[in-house]
Amino acid sequence: MKIAVPADDRSMESNVCISFGRTPYFLIYDTETGESAFLENTAAEKHCGAGIAAAQTVVDSGAAVLLTPRCGENAAEVIQAANIKLFKTFNGSLQDNLDAYKEGKLPVLQEIHAGLHGHGGN
Amino acid sequence: MQAFTATEGINMKIAVLSGKGGTGKTLVSVNMAAAAEQAVYIDCDVEEPNGHLFFKPEAIAQENISIKIPIVDPARCNGCRKCVDFCKFNALAHTGQKLIIFSEVCHSCGGCALLCPEKALTEKDKVVGEIRRGVSQNVRVVSGILNPGEASGIPIIKKELSYAAEGDGLTVIDCPPGSACIAMESIREADYCILVAEPTLFGVHNLGMVHELVRLFGKPYGVVLNKCLEEENPSEKYCVDQGIPILGKIPFDKEIGRLNADALILAREKEVYRDMFFSLLHRTSKEVGHEAAIDS
Repeated sequence: MKIAVPADDRSMESNVCISFGRTPYFLIYDTETGESAFLENTAAEKHCGAGIAAAQTVVDSGAAVLLTPRCGENAAEVIQAANIKLFKTFNGSLQDNLDAYKEGKLPVLQEIHAGLHGHGGN
Repeated sequence: MQAFTATEGINMKIAVLSGKGGTGKTLVSVNMAAAAEQAVYIDCDVEEPNGHLFFKPEAIAQENISIKIPIVDPARCNGCRKCVDFCKFNALAHTGQKLIIFSEVCHSCGGCALLCPEKALTEKDKVVGEIRRGVSQNVRVVSGILNPGEASGIPIIKKELSYAAEGDGLTVIDCPPGSACIAMESIREADYCILVAEPTLFGVHNLGMVHELVRLFGKPYGVVLNKCLEEENPSEKYCVDQGIPILGKIPFDKEIGRLNADALILAREKEVYRDMFFSLLHRTSKEVGHEAAIDS
């Protein structure tokens, strides 16, 4: 099973990125092989619809689980339609959050915010 | 000296803009229109139109404004994702099983429907807002209203501007704040731009934004200094340094604040205010004439 996490940098010691849509990278961690891959989030520079495009990247990665501090409603619609489960991260490294997830300590992400639309200007 | 008695023959489209909300765009636009003999006032601040609160227009004609958005026939969609990759605004996503369309993000370019090799996408009308047209004494009032959550007010603004005065007549366009696309659309057909500025450093920054915009569009422009106090005015200094004509000054005045807060039109309440906006109208008209003379 693959787990996706927004990441500030391409290292397991990096922090989880506070933004889902505009994170610079996604960690894709494979629980079967223990391998970590980092995908560039091309949505980060988009004028609008960054959350939707970032969600598309996560869906395409084949992830079954997404760990993220928060998620906007448009991104969540795509994630949920693809049956990807959402869990809420805490302030800490990618490794710390992955470990916490494996121990069943991360809560399900309940609150979906209304989105931060219009940052690129229309 | 010319007596300010008539505005006949004033035939121009004036756009009133500012770098942020609350500087006095509506105050200036509403009162210039009210001070004229005949005018069309167009409220292009479609996210929060408020000119109608002052004019209280009657005999309202209402019309819905629609855009085209794609709908998908899931039976035809084979998940090729050409549409997803094409959309510059990321209004579409494909989960592997189904195509999701975010109509609030869609900018109605029609590209996805054109591109779809399976003809799975077609377009349908979606109402994004409305226009209300009415009359308030000497002013024909046009207000655009964008429904909350919609991506762009541009289709509404385009239609609103088609109601500008034809031939002879004054049109005052109350623009949305800032210098983004909707402000650009609002000034596109203007003969002259009035930039409203506050007497603060922050005000100078906002003035700089719209100053850059009107230069980019090659529009003739001048500044109205609002909320003027006795002390130094950084926006006035900016105008002097940049050689921008100052068309008028509106004082920071309790009575203006009170009348405005009561949604009353200054120019209709007191002679002194009527004269103030009348002279602003004439000064602007002279500037427009001056520009025309340079052009010819």
